[in-house]
Amino acid sequence: MRAFATNKMQTKRTIFRNRWLPYLLLAPQLAVTLVFFLWPAGQAVWQSFLREDAFGLKTTFVGLANYTRLFDSPEYLNALRVTLVFSVSTAALALLSALLLALALDRTIRTTRLYTTLLVWPYAVAPAVAGVLWWFMFNPTIGILPYLLEGLGYDWNHALNKGDAMALVIIAASWKQISYNFLFFVAGLQSIPASLREAAAIDGAGPVKRFFTITLPLLSPTTFFLLVVTVVYTMFDTFPVIDATTGGGPAQGTTILVYKVYDDGFIGLNLGSSAAQSVILMGIVIVLTVIQFRYVERRVTY
Amino acid sequence: MAAITIENLGKTYAGGATAVTGIDLDIRDGEFVVLVGPSGCGKSTLLRMIAGLEEITEGTVRIGGREVNRLEPAERDIAMVFQNYALYPHMTVRQNLSYGLKNRRMARAEITRRVDEAARILEIGQYLDRRPRALSGGQRQRVAMGRAIVREPAAFLFDEPLSNLDAKLRVTMRGEIRALQRRLGTTSVYVTHDQLEAMTMADRLVVLRGGRIEQVGTPLDVYRNPVSTFVAQFIGSPSMNLLPGVIDGGTLRLGGARFAGTGAAGPVTVGIRAEDLTIARPDAEGAMAAQLLTVEELGSQRLGYFDIAGERVVAAFPAGQVLRTDMALTVSPARLHLFDTSGCRIAA
Repeated sequence: MRAFATNKMQTKRTIFRNRWLPYLLLAPQLAVTLVFFLWPAGQAVWQSFLREDAFGLKTTFVGLANYTRLFDSPEYLNALRVTLVFSVSTAALALLSALLLALALDRTIRTTRLYTTLLVWPYAVAPAVAGVLWWFMFNPTIGILPYLLEGLGYDWNHALNKGDAMALVIIAASWKQISYNFLFFVAGLQSIPASLREAAAIDGAGPVKRFFTITLPLLSPTTFFLLVVTVVYTMFDTFPVIDATTGGGPAQGTTILVYKVYDDGFIGLNLGSSAAQSVILMGIVIVLTVIQFRYVERRVTY
Repeated sequence: MAAITIENLGKTYAGGATAVTGIDLDIRDGEFVVLVGPSGCGKSTLLRMIAGLEEITEGTVRIGGREVNRLEPAERDIAMVFQNYALYPHMTVRQNLSYGLKNRRMARAEITRRVDEAARILEIGQYLDRRPRALSGGQRQRVAMGRAIVREPAAFLFDEPLSNLDAKLRVTMRGEIRALQRRLGTTSVYVTHDQLEAMTMADRLVVLRGGRIEQVGTPLDVYRNPVSTFVAQFIGSPSMNLLPGVIDGGTLRLGGARFAGTGAAGPVTVGIRAEDLTIARPDAEGAMAAQLLTVEELGSQRLGYFDIAGERVVAAFPAGQVLRTDMALTVSPARLHLFDTSGCRIAA
């Protein structure tokens, strides 16, 4: 036993005398995961193979019918397309604005702390509140932005126009995520030694070239991490934003996958289909997480 | 190849703090000049002003006769080696070396030729496809040198390039950098806080203190004739001993002994190099009573630390020299360095 312990000293492994103690220490975490994730997830998977009648009296096992039906359904394919547009646009907007703000901060030397503090505030706002905030600003009757847009000859109405509705949820959803991305980009930029940019300046690279050949590649681990986090955010955490602003409308124009899960399950009471949809979403998030773990760790780090 | 002329150069930050002031320095074509001084003396700032990384607030810098005050770093025709090497971590060694040449739109064949030539000189040929992360400190240092020499610039600027290396490698690289510079004949400005590095590498030393030039000269010149107590203590290891003395009627009284000599009267500071102290008979003229405190063995030398009239004094002896607790030490009057109370050298 003693020899074993000395051998393992370098790896800093703790040896427990009592073989049940490690399990006991892990138990709370395992219990939480079990009760709040594995159990409901298992139920969703089981539910996705079932079909209930309209009155909830009879449940039949239908195998993969819920899934095949989904991919034949134009509404579901529409939701997939909407999710794609929404995710890509929100991620692009949230990442680009955050990067621009972070670069601006990196250039200023004073007032950095004040600037950072102010920029982080939106992150503290609840998604639903953020949604309502933008809903007011974009409200066709009382909002300030449609009033200004009207001056430019644009008739804004997100209650009628799918494009407007999409723009609204994209802006509201990215606004919140910008703060988070900004913080990471600032940290990422500050971890790039100033001497690298100076060396590049001496090597004849102008500011733009320096950004694209030095700063951006060195920032790529941060960018990649944020891309995955933001995509996960847009697909799963934007429900309150959509529910508070457009309710998925008009004409399903902003019904993203996670909103459709809610809509079909809790409004339409089609539990089997809803469960199948959430299983697909779960699959997507697992894939994204695997990508993140496999590649983020390996990317260039300085 | 170019001379660097610095006239009345000054740097004042926006907050009002002054980093360097009134710097006048002529660096000849092909010369290896070392800027040396304790941290905060402005040596790095001075170098970065030559490089164009710090804005010049006063005076001018000319490289090869051309005023460069308003030029971008890239336009000054200089190459710089940084303390942390500043290699681009996402590029291979070859890409690191060619980056500056590509930015200058050099022909591909010429880039390859220069990179291969630099790799041959620095013996980094087998690492060309590796990334800096996969290299040791010494290899990174060579790559950083390589990035400077492929450019064939008018001047090399070194900002403490060896301070991240271990002591043994530092000695090797010191010699290699100097040999390479001699071979290429490129004007070089080298910043260090290490006086040994400064002594061994420089054609001329520039000792800086508090943002001003304290002394300029060849290493031996600075060592033998330090203009102030600051330079006297900074250059040379072990540091020069400084003792209080009084000149009275043409005699210097020092540590209980009398030395014939100088004109000026009043209290002075007397500097004595450790190797200039010799053992004397206690009753000899100019003998100072000394109590041995400790001995340091350097192998080739023995350093004895003594108490002379309440002052701590170090003396260097050949290896094997017998040292006793109560001794007498003396020094040839010609080897005394006299400084006035403000620390300036008194011309003998």
